[in-house]
Amino acid sequence: MGGHAVWSLASATFVAAFVEFVEALTIVLAMALTRGWRSALAGTVTAVLALAAFTAVVGYALATFIPRTVLQLVVGVLLLIFGLQWLRKAVLRSAGLKARHDEAAAFAAQSAAARGAGQRRRLGLDWFGFVVSFKGVFLEGVEVVFIVVTFGLNAGDVPVAAAAAVAAGVVVASVGAAVSRPLSAVPENTLKYAVGLLLATYGTFWAVQGLGVFHGGASLAWPGGDWALPAILAGWYGWSRLLVAVLRRAARAGTAA
Amino acid sequence: MSVLRGIYRFVYDFIVGDDWKIAVAVVASLGVGAVLLAVDVSALVVLPVTGALVALVTGAALVVDVRRGRDTG
Repeated sequence: MGGHAVWSLASATFVAAFVEFVEALTIVLAMALTRGWRSALAGTVTAVLALAAFTAVVGYALATFIPRTVLQLVVGVLLLIFGLQWLRKAVLRSAGLKARHDEAAAFAAQSAAARGAGQRRRLGLDWFGFVVSFKGVFLEGVEVVFIVVTFGLNAGDVPVAAAAAVAAGVVVASVGAAVSRPLSAVPENTLKYAVGLLLATYGTFWAVQGLGVFHGGASLAWPGGDWALPAILAGWYGWSRLLVAVLRRAARAGTAA
Repeated sequence: MSVLRGIYRFVYDFIVGDDWKIAVAVVASLGVGAVLLAVDVSALVVLPVTGALVALVTGAALVVDVRRGRDTG
């Protein structure tokens, strides 16, 4: 893999993982500050260990048992669906049809729920704080694992993808520990838009390449090879801006009617 | 049983998400691409056509949802 491809893989994984970790941090901080650090950190560490086991099993199974073309098709389809979900929300937010994600509001809601929850202790831990932290980190983490495994396997460089995700985790955890409040200054909606575009781009690239499984078994080659990626990215960006314009007009027409 | 239901719901939410039409559009468009390849249409045509089809169908579904005032999550 060339230097350009390595940077492309690393930056795409870093941004995607960064956004997920910011959301996980909000949940863990809400639990830590309302239910106690011990339970929140225990939930976080347990989730990270569970994620490591999950990654090892899924990554090994995918890399060992699935032929490359099938892998491209399956992973491409999943990435494309995943990316288009993100892009759909980003388009709706940009068109003013969906509330923008706000970490401060999410933190306030999580904290209010935590204060209202009962006091139940298990294994010496506040159970509510432990379970909510575990679920938050595990569920957001599964998305990161999915991106690391799929990007890494298809680009043939899982260590680069994993290192980028770990770096994102370290940055978010360090800043979160330093400020002890949710990272609401992060331009999360813009980052999510960018991640949606990247996932849809790589998903399109690999899913369509993987169609070769129905045509002799070898991957189809995009015109221009890897240089098709910027063209696909530009296509998805143009598509999303067009949709934003159309939806704004549709929303205005609906309000006027 | 509730564990299986929980796993099913997790996988469904994770993969299909808020709008099932996206998953259907992606799978259907790739199905069209596979059919085009099967009838010996050049891969150079199938690649961009399939990609464009995904964009067209998912975009149309979203515009229809908004125009009809459906809950867009």
